Amino acid sequence: MNTIIISAIFGVLMMFSSISVKRVSAYKYIAAFGLILLLIMNIAETYGFQLFHVNTRDMLRFDRFGLFFNSIAIAATLIYILLSGRDVEAVGKNTCDLFVLIFFVMCGIGIMSSFNSLLMLFLGIEIISIPLYILTGSDKKNLKSNEAALKYFLMGSFSTGIMLMGIALLFGATGGFALDRPATMFGPLPVNVMEVIGLAFILVAMAFKVSAAPFHFWTPDVYDGAPSVFTSFMATIVKAAIFIGFIKLFEAKAPDLGQGWHIVIALMIVATLFIGNITAIFQQSVKRMLAYSSIAQAGFMMFALFSQNDTSKEGIILYSLAYSLSTIGIFAILIKMKDVTFEGFNGLARTQPVLAATNAVFLLSLVGIPLTAGFWAKYYMLASVVKMESALWLVIVAVIFAAVSVYYYFRVIQAMYFKEGEAALATEVKPGFRFGLILLAAAIIVIGVMPNLLLNWLYF
Amino acid sequence: MPIHYYIILAATLFCIGVIGVLTRRNAIIVFMCVELMLNAVNLMLVAFSKLHYGTYLKNGAMGASGIDGQMFVFFIMVVAAAEVSVGLAIIVMMYRNVHSVDINFLNRLKN
Repeated sequence: MNTIIISAIFGVLMMFSSISVKRVSAYKYIAAFGLILLLIMNIAETYGFQLFHVNTRDMLRFDRFGLFFNSIAIAATLIYILLSGRDVEAVGKNTCDLFVLIFFVMCGIGIMSSFNSLLMLFLGIEIISIPLYILTGSDKKNLKSNEAALKYFLMGSFSTGIMLMGIALLFGATGGFALDRPATMFGPLPVNVMEVIGLAFILVAMAFKVSAAPFHFWTPDVYDGAPSVFTSFMATIVKAAIFIGFIKLFEAKAPDLGQGWHIVIALMIVATLFIGNITAIFQQSVKRMLAYSSIAQAGFMMFALFSQNDTSKEGIILYSLAYSLSTIGIFAILIKMKDVTFEGFNGLARTQPVLAATNAVFLLSLVGIPLTAGFWAKYYMLASVVKMESALWLVIVAVIFAAVSVYYYFRVIQAMYFKEGEAALATEVKPGFRFGLILLAAAIIVIGVMPNLLLNWLYF
Repeated sequence: MPIHYYIILAATLFCIGVIGVLTRRNAIIVFMCVELMLNAVNLMLVAFSKLHYGTYLKNGAMGASGIDGQMFVFFIMVVAAAEVSVGLAIIVMMYRNVHSVDINFLNRLKN
Protein backbone atom coordinates (compact mmCIF):
# COMPACT_ATOMS: atom_id res chain seq x y z
CA MET A 1 0.00 0.00 0.00
CA ASN A 2 2.86 2.38 0.80
CA THR A 3 4.15 2.35 -2.78
CA ILE A 4 0.76 3.00 -4.33
CA ILE A 5 -0.20 5.89 -2.07
CA ILE A 6 3.18 7.58 -1.70
CA SER A 7 4.02 7.50 -5.40
CA ALA A 8 0.64 9.04 -6.28
CA ILE A 9 0.91 11.75 -3.59
CA PHE A 10 4.53 12.49 -4.41
CA GLY A 11 3.65 12.75 -8.09
CA VAL A 12 0.98 15.36 -7.39
CA LEU A 13 3.26 17.29 -5.01
CA MET A 14 6.06 17.26 -7.56
CA MET A 15 3.71 18.59 -10.22
CA PHE A 16 3.03 21.61 -8.01
CA SER A 17 6.72 21.99 -7.18
CA SER A 18 7.29 23.14 -10.76
CA ILE A 19 5.57 26.38 -9.80
CA SER A 20 8.26 27.32 -7.31
CA VAL A 21 11.29 25.38 -8.58
CA LYS A 22 12.42 27.02 -11.79
CA ARG A 23 15.80 25.35 -12.30
CA VAL A 24 15.30 22.51 -14.76
CA SER A 25 18.28 20.52 -13.50
CA ALA A 26 16.74 20.30 -10.01
CA TYR A 27 13.86 18.03 -11.05
CA LYS A 28 16.13 15.07 -11.53
CA TYR A 29 17.20 15.27 -7.90
CA ILE A 30 13.64 15.77 -6.65
CA ALA A 31 12.62 12.65 -8.56
CA ALA A 32 15.60 10.70 -7.21
CA PHE A 33 14.68 11.79 -3.69
CA GLY A 34 11.11 10.64 -4.21
CA LEU A 35 12.24 7.26 -5.46
CA ILE A 36 14.58 6.76 -2.51
CA LEU A 37 11.69 7.61 -0.18
CA LEU A 38 9.51 5.12 -2.06
CA LEU A 39 12.16 2.44 -1.85
CA ILE A 40 12.60 2.89 1.91
CA MET A 41 8.85 2.83 2.48
CA ASN A 42 8.42 -0.27 0.36
CA ILE A 43 11.19 -2.14 2.16
CA ALA A 44 9.64 -1.07 5.45
CA GLU A 45 6.34 -2.53 4.31
CA THR A 46 8.09 -5.79 3.49
CA TYR A 47 8.93 -6.00 7.19
CA GLY A 48 5.43 -5.14 8.34
CA PHE A 49 5.40 -1.35 8.65
CA GLN A 50 2.41 0.29 6.99
CA LEU A 51 1.88 4.03 6.88
CA PHE A 52 -1.77 3.76 5.94
CA HIS A 53 -4.23 1.17 7.09
CA VAL A 54 -6.66 0.81 4.25
CA ASN A 55 -9.34 -1.83 4.09
CA THR A 56 -9.05 -2.97 0.48
CA ARG A 57 -11.74 -5.63 0.88
CA ASP A 58 -9.26 -8.16 -0.42
CA MET A 59 -9.04 -6.43 -3.79
CA LEU A 60 -5.34 -5.90 -3.18
CA ARG A 61 -3.25 -8.50 -1.43
CA PHE A 62 0.31 -7.66 -0.45
CA ASP A 63 2.61 -10.64 -0.34
CA ARG A 64 6.36 -10.99 -0.17
CA PHE A 65 6.73 -11.68 -3.87
CA GLY A 66 4.87 -8.57 -5.00
CA LEU A 67 6.54 -6.28 -2.49
CA PHE A 68 9.95 -7.58 -3.44
CA PHE A 69 9.18 -6.98 -7.09
CA ASN A 70 8.17 -3.42 -6.16
CA SER A 71 11.55 -2.92 -4.53
CA ILE A 72 13.29 -4.12 -7.67
CA ALA A 73 11.19 -1.93 -9.94
CA ILE A 74 11.76 1.15 -7.77
CA ALA A 75 15.50 0.52 -7.51
CA ALA A 76 15.75 0.04 -11.28
CA THR A 77 13.82 3.28 -11.84
CA LEU A 78 16.16 5.07 -9.45
CA ILE A 79 19.18 3.85 -11.43
CA TYR A 80 17.42 4.85 -14.62
CA ILE A 81 16.73 8.38 -13.34
CA LEU A 82 20.29 8.82 -12.12
CA LEU A 83 21.79 7.62 -15.41
CA SER A 84 19.39 9.15 -17.92
CA GLY A 85 17.75 12.01 -16.00
CA ARG A 86 19.75 14.58 -17.97
CA ASP A 87 18.36 13.23 -21.21
CA VAL A 88 14.78 13.61 -20.00
CA GLU A 89 15.51 17.32 -19.73
CA ALA A 90 16.47 17.36 -23.40
CA VAL A 91 13.13 15.94 -24.58
CA GLY A 92 10.60 18.69 -24.09
CA LYS A 93 9.80 21.92 -22.35
CA ASN A 94 7.82 20.45 -19.45
CA THR A 95 10.53 18.39 -17.81
CA CYS A 96 8.83 18.26 -14.44
CA ASP A 97 5.66 16.72 -15.85
CA LEU A 98 7.64 13.98 -17.53
CA PHE A 99 9.19 12.95 -14.21
CA VAL A 100 5.76 13.13 -12.58
CA LEU A 101 4.34 10.73 -15.17
CA ILE A 102 7.05 8.24 -14.21
CA PHE A 103 5.79 8.43 -10.63
CA PHE A 104 2.24 7.72 -11.76
CA VAL A 105 3.52 4.70 -13.63
CA MET A 106 5.14 3.54 -10.38
CA CYS A 107 1.70 3.75 -8.76
CA GLY A 108 0.34 1.47 -11.45
CA ILE A 109 3.24 -0.92 -10.93
CA GLY A 110 2.37 -1.07 -7.22
CA ILE A 111 -1.16 -2.14 -8.16
CA MET A 112 -0.02 -4.65 -10.76
CA SER A 113 2.16 -6.47 -8.26
CA SER A 114 -0.58 -6.80 -5.65
CA PHE A 115 -3.98 -7.01 -7.34
CA ASN A 116 -6.38 -9.70 -6.29
CA SER A 117 -9.39 -8.59 -8.26
CA LEU A 118 -9.92 -8.08 -11.98
CA LEU A 119 -11.04 -4.52 -11.28
CA MET A 120 -7.63 -3.71 -9.83
CA LEU A 121 -5.91 -5.46 -12.73
CA PHE A 122 -7.78 -3.21 -15.15
CA LEU A 123 -7.01 -0.06 -13.16
CA GLY A 124 -3.35 -1.00 -12.78
CA ILE A 125 -2.90 -1.57 -16.49
CA GLU A 126 -4.61 1.69 -17.33
CA ILE A 127 -2.64 3.69 -14.76
CA ILE A 128 0.51 2.32 -16.35
CA SER A 129 -0.62 2.78 -19.95
CA ILE A 130 -2.06 6.29 -20.01
CA PRO A 131 1.12 8.05 -18.79
CA LEU A 132 3.09 5.94 -21.25
CA TYR A 133 1.02 7.23 -24.18
CA ILE A 134 2.01 10.74 -23.15
CA LEU A 135 5.66 9.86 -22.62
CA THR A 136 5.81 8.24 -26.07
CA GLY A 137 4.54 11.40 -27.70
CA SER A 138 6.47 13.80 -25.50
CA ASP A 139 8.76 14.92 -28.33
CA LYS A 140 5.97 16.99 -29.83
CA LYS A 141 7.78 18.43 -32.85
CA ASN A 142 9.18 15.09 -33.93
CA LEU A 143 6.98 13.31 -36.46
CA LYS A 144 8.25 9.87 -35.51
CA SER A 145 7.34 10.42 -31.88
CA ASN A 146 3.85 11.57 -32.93
CA GLU A 147 3.29 8.51 -35.05
CA ALA A 148 4.53 6.22 -32.31
CA ALA A 149 2.23 7.85 -29.75
CA LEU A 150 -0.84 7.56 -31.97
CA LYS A 151 -0.08 3.98 -32.86
CA TYR A 152 0.60 3.01 -29.24
CA PHE A 153 -2.54 4.78 -28.10
CA LEU A 154 -4.85 3.15 -30.66
CA MET A 155 -3.37 -0.31 -30.15
CA GLY A 156 -3.35 0.12 -26.37
CA SER A 157 -6.95 1.23 -26.05
CA PHE A 158 -8.08 -1.46 -28.50
CA SER A 159 -6.43 -4.14 -26.39
CA THR A 160 -7.97 -2.60 -23.27
CA GLY A 161 -11.37 -2.95 -24.89
CA ILE A 162 -10.69 -6.62 -25.60
CA MET A 163 -9.52 -7.20 -22.04
CA LEU A 164 -12.65 -5.55 -20.65
CA MET A 165 -14.82 -7.82 -22.78
CA GLY A 166 -12.95 -10.77 -21.33
CA ILE A 167 -13.51 -9.48 -17.81
CA ALA A 168 -17.22 -8.96 -18.49
CA LEU A 169 -17.60 -12.52 -19.78
CA LEU A 170 -15.69 -13.85 -16.81
CA PHE A 171 -17.96 -11.88 -14.50
CA GLY A 172 -20.96 -13.32 -16.24
CA ALA A 173 -19.66 -16.83 -15.77
CA THR A 174 -18.51 -16.63 -12.15
CA GLY A 175 -20.46 -13.75 -10.62
CA GLY A 176 -17.47 -11.93 -9.15
CA PHE A 177 -14.20 -10.23 -9.93
CA ALA A 178 -12.04 -11.93 -7.33
CA LEU A 179 -9.17 -14.09 -8.55
CA ASP A 180 -10.06 -16.92 -6.17
CA ARG A 181 -12.55 -19.36 -7.52
CA PRO A 182 -16.00 -18.67 -6.04
CA ALA A 183 -17.52 -21.59 -4.18
CA THR A 184 -21.15 -22.60 -4.38
CA MET A 185 -23.10 -24.71 -1.96
CA PHE A 186 -22.12 -27.79 -3.94
CA GLY A 187 -18.34 -27.32 -4.01
CA PRO A 188 -16.42 -25.17 -6.49
CA LEU A 189 -18.22 -23.68 -9.46
CA PRO A 190 -17.78 -25.74 -12.64
CA VAL A 191 -15.94 -24.19 -15.60
CA ASN A 192 -18.13 -23.24 -18.53
CA VAL A 193 -17.61 -22.04 -22.10
CA MET A 194 -18.20 -18.38 -21.35
CA GLU A 195 -15.41 -18.38 -18.80
CA VAL A 196 -12.97 -19.98 -21.24
CA ILE A 197 -13.83 -17.41 -23.92
CA GLY A 198 -13.39 -14.61 -21.40
CA LEU A 199 -10.00 -15.91 -20.35
CA ALA A 200 -8.96 -16.18 -24.01
CA PHE A 201 -9.88 -12.50 -24.52
CA ILE A 202 -7.83 -11.51 -21.47
CA LEU A 203 -4.91 -13.63 -22.66
CA VAL A 204 -4.94 -11.84 -26.03
CA ALA A 205 -5.01 -8.43 -24.37
CA MET A 206 -2.19 -9.25 -21.96
CA ALA A 207 -0.11 -10.66 -24.82
CA PHE A 208 -0.66 -7.33 -26.56
CA LYS A 209 0.64 -5.45 -23.54
CA VAL A 210 3.78 -7.55 -23.08
CA SER A 211 4.34 -7.71 -26.85
CA ALA A 212 4.24 -11.47 -27.20
CA ALA A 213 3.80 -12.86 -30.70
CA PRO A 214 1.46 -12.83 -32.62
CA PHE A 215 0.46 -9.52 -30.99
CA HIS A 216 3.87 -7.90 -31.07
CA PHE A 217 3.59 -5.86 -34.29
CA TRP A 218 3.24 -2.48 -32.61
CA THR A 219 6.38 -2.91 -30.49
CA PRO A 220 9.23 -2.14 -32.92
CA ASP A 221 7.51 0.95 -34.33
CA VAL A 222 6.58 2.35 -30.94
CA TYR A 223 9.92 1.62 -29.29
CA ASP A 224 11.74 3.04 -32.28
CA GLY A 225 9.65 6.19 -32.52
CA ALA A 226 9.47 7.12 -28.84
CA PRO A 227 12.27 9.28 -27.40
CA SER A 228 15.09 6.86 -26.46
CA VAL A 229 14.95 7.81 -22.78
CA PHE A 230 11.38 6.63 -22.50
CA THR A 231 11.89 3.57 -24.67
CA SER A 232 14.39 2.52 -22.05
CA PHE A 233 11.76 2.84 -19.33
CA MET A 234 8.92 1.23 -21.31
CA ALA A 235 10.91 -1.72 -22.54
CA THR A 236 12.27 -2.68 -19.15
CA ILE A 237 10.55 -1.80 -15.90
CA VAL A 238 7.05 -1.42 -17.26
CA LYS A 239 7.23 -4.61 -19.28
CA ALA A 240 8.47 -6.57 -16.26
CA ALA A 241 5.62 -5.15 -14.15
CA ILE A 242 2.99 -6.16 -16.67
CA PHE A 243 4.57 -9.61 -16.74
CA ILE A 244 4.18 -9.88 -12.98
CA GLY A 245 0.48 -9.06 -13.37
CA PHE A 246 0.17 -11.56 -16.23
CA ILE A 247 1.73 -14.29 -14.08
CA LYS A 248 -0.36 -13.46 -11.01
CA LEU A 249 -3.54 -13.56 -13.05
CA PHE A 250 -2.92 -16.86 -14.78
CA GLU A 251 -1.50 -18.49 -11.71
CA ALA A 252 -5.04 -18.25 -10.39
CA LYS A 253 -6.91 -18.86 -13.63
CA ALA A 254 -4.78 -21.31 -15.64
CA PRO A 255 -6.06 -24.41 -13.81
CA ASP A 256 -9.52 -23.68 -15.20
CA LEU A 257 -8.18 -23.92 -18.73
CA GLY A 258 -6.74 -27.41 -18.32
CA GLN A 259 -4.36 -28.92 -20.83
CA GLY A 260 -5.08 -26.43 -23.62
CA TRP A 261 -3.37 -23.67 -21.66
CA HIS A 262 0.07 -25.28 -21.90
CA ILE A 263 -0.25 -25.86 -25.62
CA VAL A 264 -1.30 -22.27 -26.33
CA ILE A 265 1.45 -20.78 -24.19
CA ALA A 266 4.11 -23.08 -25.65
CA LEU A 267 3.10 -22.04 -29.18
CA MET A 268 3.20 -18.37 -28.18
CA ILE A 269 6.66 -18.79 -26.64
CA VAL A 270 8.06 -20.42 -29.76
CA ALA A 271 6.50 -17.79 -32.03
CA THR A 272 7.79 -14.95 -29.83
CA LEU A 273 11.31 -16.33 -29.68
CA PHE A 274 11.33 -16.97 -33.42
CA ILE A 275 10.04 -13.57 -34.51
CA GLY A 276 12.06 -11.60 -31.96
CA ASN A 277 15.37 -13.27 -32.65
CA ILE A 278 15.17 -13.77 -36.40
CA THR A 279 13.97 -10.24 -37.14
CA ALA A 280 16.55 -8.69 -34.83
CA ILE A 281 19.31 -10.15 -37.02
CA PHE A 282 18.29 -8.04 -40.00
CA GLN A 283 18.17 -4.67 -38.25
CA GLN A 284 20.57 -1.85 -39.11
CA SER A 285 19.80 0.42 -36.16
CA VAL A 286 20.81 -0.64 -32.66
CA LYS A 287 17.69 0.97 -31.22
CA ARG A 288 15.42 -1.10 -33.45
CA MET A 289 17.50 -4.18 -32.73
CA LEU A 290 16.89 -3.61 -29.01
CA ALA A 291 13.16 -3.34 -29.70
CA TYR A 292 13.18 -6.78 -31.31
CA SER A 293 15.47 -8.08 -28.59
CA SER A 294 12.87 -6.98 -26.05
CA ILE A 295 10.33 -9.16 -27.88
CA ALA A 296 12.78 -12.06 -27.76
CA GLN A 297 13.40 -11.53 -24.04
CA ALA A 298 9.63 -11.45 -23.47
CA GLY A 299 9.61 -14.94 -24.95
CA PHE A 300 11.98 -16.07 -22.23
CA MET A 301 9.93 -14.36 -19.53
CA MET A 302 6.88 -16.29 -20.71
CA PHE A 303 8.51 -19.48 -19.49
CA ALA A 304 7.36 -18.41 -16.04
CA LEU A 305 3.78 -18.56 -17.33
CA PHE A 306 4.37 -21.99 -18.75
CA SER A 307 5.89 -23.67 -15.72
CA GLN A 308 4.40 -21.78 -12.72
CA ASN A 309 6.42 -23.30 -9.89
CA ASP A 310 8.78 -21.94 -7.25
CA THR A 311 11.78 -21.88 -9.55
CA SER A 312 9.90 -19.84 -12.10
CA LYS A 313 8.91 -17.32 -9.45
CA GLU A 314 12.53 -16.83 -8.46
CA GLY A 315 13.36 -16.79 -12.15
CA ILE A 316 10.97 -14.01 -13.09
CA ILE A 317 12.37 -11.84 -10.28
CA LEU A 318 15.93 -12.44 -11.46
CA TYR A 319 14.92 -11.98 -15.08
CA SER A 320 13.20 -8.65 -14.44
CA LEU A 321 16.24 -7.36 -12.63
CA ALA A 322 18.89 -8.69 -15.02
CA TYR A 323 17.02 -7.64 -18.13
CA SER A 324 16.04 -4.21 -16.76
CA LEU A 325 19.51 -3.30 -15.54
CA SER A 326 21.27 -4.42 -18.71
CA THR A 327 18.84 -2.72 -21.07
CA ILE A 328 18.80 0.49 -19.04
CA GLY A 329 22.60 0.55 -19.25
CA ILE A 330 22.67 -0.05 -23.00
CA PHE A 331 20.07 2.64 -23.60
CA ALA A 332 21.93 5.11 -21.38
CA ILE A 333 24.94 4.68 -23.66
CA LEU A 334 22.84 4.61 -26.82
CA ILE A 335 21.28 7.99 -26.00
CA LYS A 336 24.74 9.55 -25.85
CA MET A 337 25.69 8.25 -29.30
CA LYS A 338 25.39 10.48 -32.33
CA ASP A 339 24.64 7.64 -34.74
CA VAL A 340 22.49 4.77 -33.45
CA THR A 341 23.22 2.34 -36.29
CA PHE A 342 25.74 -0.46 -35.83
CA GLU A 343 28.33 1.58 -37.77
CA GLY A 344 27.93 4.38 -35.23
CA PHE A 345 29.58 2.16 -32.63
CA ASN A 346 32.70 1.49 -34.74
CA GLY A 347 35.83 2.10 -32.74
CA LEU A 348 34.08 3.16 -29.54
CA ALA A 349 36.59 1.15 -27.48
CA ARG A 350 39.40 3.47 -28.53
CA THR A 351 37.66 6.79 -27.97
CA GLN A 352 35.58 5.85 -24.90
CA PRO A 353 37.03 2.72 -23.27
CA VAL A 354 34.76 2.88 -20.18
CA LEU A 355 31.56 3.17 -22.19
CA ALA A 356 32.61 0.33 -24.47
CA ALA A 357 33.63 -1.98 -21.63
CA THR A 358 30.43 -1.46 -19.63
CA ASN A 359 28.33 -1.76 -22.78
CA ALA A 360 30.02 -5.10 -23.45
CA VAL A 361 29.08 -6.31 -19.95
CA PHE A 362 25.44 -5.29 -20.50
CA LEU A 363 25.31 -7.04 -23.86
CA LEU A 364 26.90 -10.19 -22.43
CA SER A 365 24.26 -10.15 -19.71
CA LEU A 366 21.49 -9.95 -22.29
CA VAL A 367 22.98 -12.91 -24.15
CA GLY A 368 23.21 -14.89 -20.90
CA ILE A 369 26.94 -15.52 -20.64
CA PRO A 370 27.98 -17.02 -17.25
CA LEU A 371 29.26 -14.61 -14.59
CA THR A 372 26.59 -12.08 -15.55
CA ALA A 373 23.11 -11.74 -14.07
CA GLY A 374 21.53 -12.66 -17.40
CA PHE A 375 22.97 -16.16 -17.17
CA TRP A 376 21.16 -16.98 -13.94
CA ALA A 377 17.99 -15.36 -15.25
CA LYS A 378 17.92 -17.66 -18.26
CA TYR A 379 19.10 -20.61 -16.16
CA TYR A 380 16.24 -20.32 -13.68
CA MET A 381 13.70 -19.94 -16.46
CA LEU A 382 14.90 -23.06 -18.27
CA ALA A 383 15.33 -25.00 -15.01
CA SER A 384 11.72 -24.33 -14.09
CA VAL A 385 10.59 -25.96 -17.33
CA VAL A 386 13.05 -28.85 -16.98
CA LYS A 387 11.52 -29.55 -13.56
CA MET A 388 8.16 -30.17 -15.19
CA GLU A 389 9.74 -33.03 -17.17
CA SER A 390 7.08 -32.88 -19.86
CA ALA A 391 8.31 -30.17 -22.19
CA LEU A 392 12.00 -30.69 -22.82
CA TRP A 393 11.58 -29.80 -26.48
CA LEU A 394 10.67 -26.27 -25.44
CA VAL A 395 13.94 -25.94 -23.54
CA ILE A 396 15.89 -27.10 -26.57
CA VAL A 397 14.12 -24.56 -28.80
CA ALA A 398 14.88 -21.81 -26.29
CA VAL A 399 18.57 -22.72 -26.12
CA ILE A 400 18.82 -22.67 -29.91
CA PHE A 401 17.28 -19.20 -30.04
CA ALA A 402 19.54 -18.00 -27.23
CA ALA A 403 22.43 -19.06 -29.45
CA VAL A 404 20.92 -17.13 -32.37
CA SER A 405 20.73 -14.03 -30.21
CA VAL A 406 24.49 -14.12 -29.74
CA TYR A 407 24.85 -12.99 -33.34
CA TYR A 408 23.13 -9.64 -33.10
CA TYR A 409 24.34 -8.74 -29.60
CA PHE A 410 27.93 -9.54 -30.51
CA ARG A 411 27.67 -7.40 -33.62
CA VAL A 412 27.69 -4.35 -31.32
CA ILE A 413 30.69 -5.68 -29.38
CA GLN A 414 32.47 -6.43 -32.63
CA ALA A 415 31.79 -2.93 -33.90
CA MET A 416 33.10 -1.39 -30.69
CA TYR A 417 36.30 -3.41 -30.41
CA PHE A 418 37.33 -4.78 -33.77
CA LYS A 419 36.22 -2.24 -36.35
CA GLU A 420 38.02 0.91 -37.37
CA GLY A 421 36.05 4.10 -37.08
CA GLU A 422 35.42 7.29 -35.19
CA ALA A 423 32.47 6.70 -32.87
CA ALA A 424 31.16 10.16 -32.08
CA LEU A 425 29.17 11.13 -29.02
CA ALA A 426 26.28 13.55 -29.34
CA THR A 427 26.90 15.06 -25.92
CA GLU A 428 29.89 15.13 -23.62
CA VAL A 429 29.74 12.49 -20.87
CA LYS A 430 30.52 13.49 -17.31
CA PRO A 431 32.72 11.48 -14.93
CA GLY A 432 29.64 10.84 -12.77
CA PHE A 433 27.92 9.09 -15.68
CA ARG A 434 30.96 6.86 -16.24
CA PHE A 435 31.06 6.05 -12.55
CA GLY A 436 27.37 5.14 -12.59
CA LEU A 437 27.87 2.82 -15.53
CA ILE A 438 30.78 1.08 -13.80
CA LEU A 439 28.67 0.57 -10.67
CA LEU A 440 25.81 -0.84 -12.74
CA ALA A 441 28.13 -3.24 -14.55
CA ALA A 442 29.62 -4.27 -11.21
CA ALA A 443 26.14 -4.93 -9.82
CA ILE A 444 25.32 -7.15 -12.81
CA ILE A 445 28.52 -9.15 -12.27
CA VAL A 446 27.93 -9.46 -8.51
CA ILE A 447 24.44 -10.84 -9.09
CA GLY A 448 25.92 -13.08 -11.76
CA VAL A 449 28.33 -14.57 -9.23
CA MET A 450 25.95 -14.75 -6.27
CA PRO A 451 22.28 -14.73 -7.33
CA ASN A 452 21.30 -15.92 -3.85
CA LEU A 453 22.21 -12.51 -2.52
CA LEU A 454 19.07 -11.34 -4.26
CA LEU A 455 16.84 -14.38 -3.98
CA ASN A 456 17.29 -14.71 -0.22
CA TRP A 457 15.30 -11.50 0.04
CA LEU A 458 12.29 -13.35 -1.23
CA TYR A 459 12.21 -15.45 1.92
CA PHE A 460 13.92 -13.62 4.76
CA MET B 1 -36.57 -9.81 -20.76
CA PRO B 2 -34.26 -12.83 -20.89
CA ILE B 3 -30.57 -12.20 -20.37
CA HIS B 4 -29.45 -13.41 -23.76
CA TYR B 5 -31.10 -10.44 -25.52
CA TYR B 6 -28.70 -8.17 -23.69
CA ILE B 7 -25.74 -10.41 -24.36
CA ILE B 8 -26.49 -10.53 -28.09
CA LEU B 9 -26.94 -6.76 -28.25
CA ALA B 10 -23.67 -6.13 -26.38
CA ALA B 11 -21.78 -8.67 -28.48
CA THR B 12 -23.10 -7.07 -31.67
CA LEU B 13 -22.04 -3.60 -30.56
CA PHE B 14 -18.64 -4.98 -29.60
CA CYS B 15 -18.20 -6.61 -33.01
CA ILE B 16 -19.20 -3.39 -34.78
CA GLY B 17 -16.53 -1.62 -32.72
CA VAL B 18 -13.86 -4.20 -33.53
CA ILE B 19 -14.68 -4.16 -37.25
CA GLY B 20 -14.62 -0.36 -37.21
CA VAL B 21 -11.18 -0.28 -35.58
CA LEU B 22 -9.82 -2.74 -38.10
CA THR B 23 -11.28 -1.20 -41.26
CA ARG B 24 -11.69 2.56 -40.85
CA ARG B 25 -8.81 4.88 -41.73
CA ASN B 26 -9.75 8.04 -39.89
CA ALA B 27 -8.08 8.24 -36.47
CA ILE B 28 -11.08 9.88 -34.81
CA ILE B 29 -13.53 7.30 -36.15
CA VAL B 30 -11.20 4.50 -35.03
CA PHE B 31 -11.18 6.11 -31.64
CA MET B 32 -14.98 6.31 -31.58
CA CYS B 33 -15.11 2.61 -32.40
CA VAL B 34 -12.91 1.89 -29.39
CA GLU B 35 -15.36 3.83 -27.25
CA LEU B 36 -18.18 1.75 -28.75
CA MET B 37 -16.34 -1.38 -27.62
CA LEU B 38 -16.05 -0.02 -24.09
CA ASN B 39 -19.75 0.86 -23.99
CA ALA B 40 -20.71 -2.61 -25.20
CA VAL B 41 -18.76 -3.95 -22.24
CA ASN B 42 -20.60 -1.57 -19.94
CA LEU B 43 -23.93 -2.82 -21.17
CA MET B 44 -22.90 -6.42 -20.71
CA LEU B 45 -21.60 -5.79 -17.20
CA VAL B 46 -24.83 -4.12 -16.13
CA ALA B 47 -26.91 -6.97 -17.55
CA PHE B 48 -24.82 -9.64 -15.84
CA SER B 49 -24.84 -7.66 -12.63
CA LYS B 50 -28.65 -7.64 -12.60
CA LEU B 51 -28.67 -11.36 -13.34
CA HIS B 52 -26.30 -12.21 -10.50
CA TYR B 53 -28.12 -9.92 -8.11
CA GLY B 54 -31.30 -11.86 -8.77
CA THR B 55 -29.57 -15.20 -8.28
CA TYR B 56 -27.99 -14.10 -5.02
CA LEU B 57 -31.33 -12.85 -3.70
CA LYS B 58 -32.98 -16.13 -4.59
CA ASN B 59 -30.29 -18.01 -2.67
CA GLY B 60 -30.98 -15.88 0.36
CA ALA B 61 -27.88 -13.65 0.30
CA MET B 62 -28.19 -10.28 1.98
CA GLY B 63 -27.73 -6.76 0.71
CA ALA B 64 -25.57 -5.77 -2.20
CA SER B 65 -23.81 -8.93 -3.31
CA GLY B 66 -23.60 -9.33 -7.07
CA ILE B 67 -23.81 -5.66 -7.92
CA ASP B 68 -20.06 -5.05 -8.20
CA GLY B 69 -20.50 -5.27 -11.97
CA GLN B 70 -22.32 -1.93 -11.83
CA MET B 71 -19.49 -0.48 -9.80
CA PHE B 72 -17.04 -1.65 -12.46
CA VAL B 73 -18.99 0.34 -15.05
CA PHE B 74 -18.20 3.58 -13.23
CA PHE B 75 -14.52 2.77 -13.29
CA ILE B 76 -14.68 2.05 -17.02
CA MET B 77 -16.38 5.41 -17.60
CA VAL B 78 -13.71 7.27 -15.64
CA VAL B 79 -10.85 5.50 -17.38
CA ALA B 80 -12.48 6.03 -20.77
CA ALA B 81 -12.72 9.75 -20.04
CA ALA B 82 -9.03 9.84 -19.11
CA GLU B 83 -8.21 7.99 -22.30
CA VAL B 84 -10.25 10.42 -24.37
CA SER B 85 -8.40 13.39 -22.97
CA VAL B 86 -5.01 11.87 -23.74
CA GLY B 87 -6.05 10.39 -27.06
CA LEU B 88 -7.60 13.54 -28.48
CA ALA B 89 -4.49 15.46 -27.40
CA ILE B 90 -2.33 13.02 -29.33
CA ILE B 91 -4.57 13.26 -32.41
CA VAL B 92 -4.50 17.08 -32.26
CA MET B 93 -0.72 16.98 -31.88
CA MET B 94 -0.45 14.85 -35.00
CA TYR B 95 -2.88 17.05 -36.90
CA ARG B 96 -0.76 20.11 -36.15
CA ASN B 97 2.28 18.48 -37.69
CA VAL B 98 0.84 16.80 -40.78
CA HIS B 99 -2.63 18.37 -41.25
CA SER B 100 -4.29 15.00 -41.52
CA VAL B 101 -5.80 12.40 -39.23
CA ASP B 102 -5.36 9.50 -41.63
CA ILE B 103 -4.10 6.23 -40.18
CA ASN B 104 -2.32 5.24 -43.43
CA PHE B 105 0.17 7.84 -42.40
CA LEU B 106 1.33 5.47 -39.65
CA ASN B 107 2.83 3.07 -42.16
CA ARG B 108 5.66 5.47 -42.77
CA LEU B 109 7.25 4.41 -39.51
CA LYS B 110 7.84 0.90 -40.75
CA ASN B 111 11.15 1.63 -42.47
